[in-house]
Amino acid sequence: MPKTMFEKIWDTHLVAEPEGEPAILYIDLHLVHEVTSPQAFEGLRLTGRKVRRPDLTISTVDHNVPTDETRTEVIKDPIARQQVEALRQNCTDFGVTLYDVDSSAQGIVHVIGPEQGYTQPGMTIVCGDSHTSTHGAFGSLAFGIGTSEVEHVLATQTLRQRTPKTMEVRFNGELPVGVSAKDMILATIGQMGTAGGTGHVIEYTGEAIRDLNMEGRMTICNMTIEGGARAGMIAPDDTTFKWMRGRKFVPQGDDFDAAAAEWSQIVTDDGAEYDTLVEIDCESLEPFISWGTNPGQVARVSESVPGPDDFDDPAEQESAERALEYMALDAGTAMQDIRLDRVFIGSCTNARLEDLRAAASIIQGKRVAEGVRAQVMPGSTLTKWAAEKEGISEIFKDAGFEWRESGCSMCLGMNPDILVPGERCASTSNRNFEGRQGKGGRTHLVSPEMAAAAAIAGHFVDVRDWD
Amino acid sequence: MEKFTRLTGRVAPLNRANVDTDQIIPKQFLKRIERTGFGEFAFFDWRYLEDGVPNPDFILNEARYQGASILVAGRNFGSGSSREHAPWALNEMGFRAIIAPSFADIFRNNCMQNGMVPIVLSQNQVDHIMGNALKGVGYEVTVDLEAQTVSDAEGFSASFEFDSFRRNSLMKGLDDIGITLQNSDAIDEFESARAARW
Ligand code: SF4
Repeated sequence: MPKTMFEKIWDTHLVAEPEGEPAILYIDLHLVHEVTSPQAFEGLRLTGRKVRRPDLTISTVDHNVPTDETRTEVIKDPIARQQVEALRQNCTDFGVTLYDVDSSAQGIVHVIGPEQGYTQPGMTIVCGDSHTSTHGAFGSLAFGIGTSEVEHVLATQTLRQRTPKTMEVRFNGELPVGVSAKDMILATIGQMGTAGGTGHVIEYTGEAIRDLNMEGRMTICNMTIEGGARAGMIAPDDTTFKWMRGRKFVPQGDDFDAAAAEWSQIVTDDGAEYDTLVEIDCESLEPFISWGTNPGQVARVSESVPGPDDFDDPAEQESAERALEYMALDAGTAMQDIRLDRVFIGSCTNARLEDLRAAASIIQGKRVAEGVRAQVMPGSTLTKWAAEKEGISEIFKDAGFEWRESGCSMCLGMNPDILVPGERCASTSNRNFEGRQGKGGRTHLVSPEMAAAAAIAGHFVDVRDWD
Repeated sequence: MEKFTRLTGRVAPLNRANVDTDQIIPKQFLKRIERTGFGEFAFFDWRYLEDGVPNPDFILNEARYQGASILVAGRNFGSGSSREHAPWALNEMGFRAIIAPSFADIFRNNCMQNGMVPIVLSQNQVDHIMGNALKGVGYEVTVDLEAQTVSDAEGFSASFEFDSFRRNSLMKGLDDIGITLQNSDAIDEFESARAARW
């Protein structure tokens, strides 16, 4: 029987399916960070359990580390420090590899997994972080889990899961010039809603997906969770293998070719069926901007801020009303008339080298608008170094951007990088929830190109008209 | 894990859709390394005014909802991050059951790992409970996990679906790791079969 890519990975990782219980799924790679793991390690200690496979467990500090030059010193915030120090202690006690602030391999957990070559096609990958879906861009099955499940994986190297449903999100047609992967996923969430994918694993297909580079594919899989789905995946192909070859933890030389030949089998068979189909017409896409307080509340750059009356559903109306109030926006305002105080280029959605290149190409030779504070937090230390070597950091600095160290930073504001109440930010991250970037802060989600152009103009502009 | 079989309790209404985990427990409170100490920070941005005093306009601050153990909310409750701090915080606030038309997957799962029962009812049924909780003082419902029903003293009764494995774990207070480790042999076998292949 023809199988989907999801089914192939699922079936080869089934350890057992005890009668009436969720399946026991084997986990190939477990990524760990400082915020969602301390209670899990503590649980192991209390029960006298070990980490079953420390060799399949990798950790880093990303969520609350500072992004200024003080990062290798003692963290000033005593509670954040406690968390980072707890991770250090836990990794020592349980024999887990830690990429600490002074390591070249440090970075946002979803950036370093692929960058170091840990993330590979056909794998099952988990992390106590909802954006684990990012790793699906390589044709792996990657889930975000809670802390109790982190403990479960540490102790057993397995996860209990009921079989999810499958969904195909098919991008029809070619992507217009000036429209990016970020716009594809914002459009998708706008169309299906933030709960549209609930209970599903999504596979993204279509010509536009095949044409994307790996960074773009990661951006799309990353935001899958914003559509409510458990995991997003994209079939591995030559683009995938080319990107992976030579990375530190992938097979090397001929072994890589042999592995790639196997990996190319992990694709959906002709005739395999998904439970649900969503189609997106690429040709009609434009750059997208979020106007509200969830990632489904998006508009095209050519449009205006909608009003509650533009929605049929009473819950959506109420949600829009509340969002407009929080965002201090009037219905009918042109999206391009929204002025900004801050610009943030960073996060596991859009802070890889290609994202930084894309943003740099927009700002070259220009200056950040008066009154706008613009910052770049590269996704990993290696990314930062690569960008510096290429001269991209100079382009940002010359334009008046702050060039910082890597980490989650302003994506969730657990370190000192936050918005102050009322500040409005164009952000390349993935969540525009109330207070996400700081209490009272107002977040607009956009692509790196759109964020860069907005930094220069001081308000949103259509990058398709940029010169 | 604490057992859950049957609970009669006061209902607190949160009539909003898409309440995300950043609202339930804002990130500045995620820095603790314990499972406790989050309750006072639940819904922080809505619940407190600038100077730290309770916001009188936030519904869960009303006197009539104090001591509530059942939360009724709008659809897609718990969307966003995987932070288990969200159910920990709600649990500490006193909520053992949450009723909504739908939940985000990870949040729902996290609740059940902590002895809490997320219950999906139809929009009409949720509206009914929400309406009563908004109207009166001291409106109570009974959540019966064994019978899989939610009912009140005025004759309302609704049945709900629940994963049989999770239901059993909740009713007996079992944690997953112990149950999975009963399959240790299967895990060992799986690992040696793979090791042989690679
Ligand atoms: S960058 Fe943001 S979304 Fe990504 S892992 Fe960090 S906090 Fe989560």
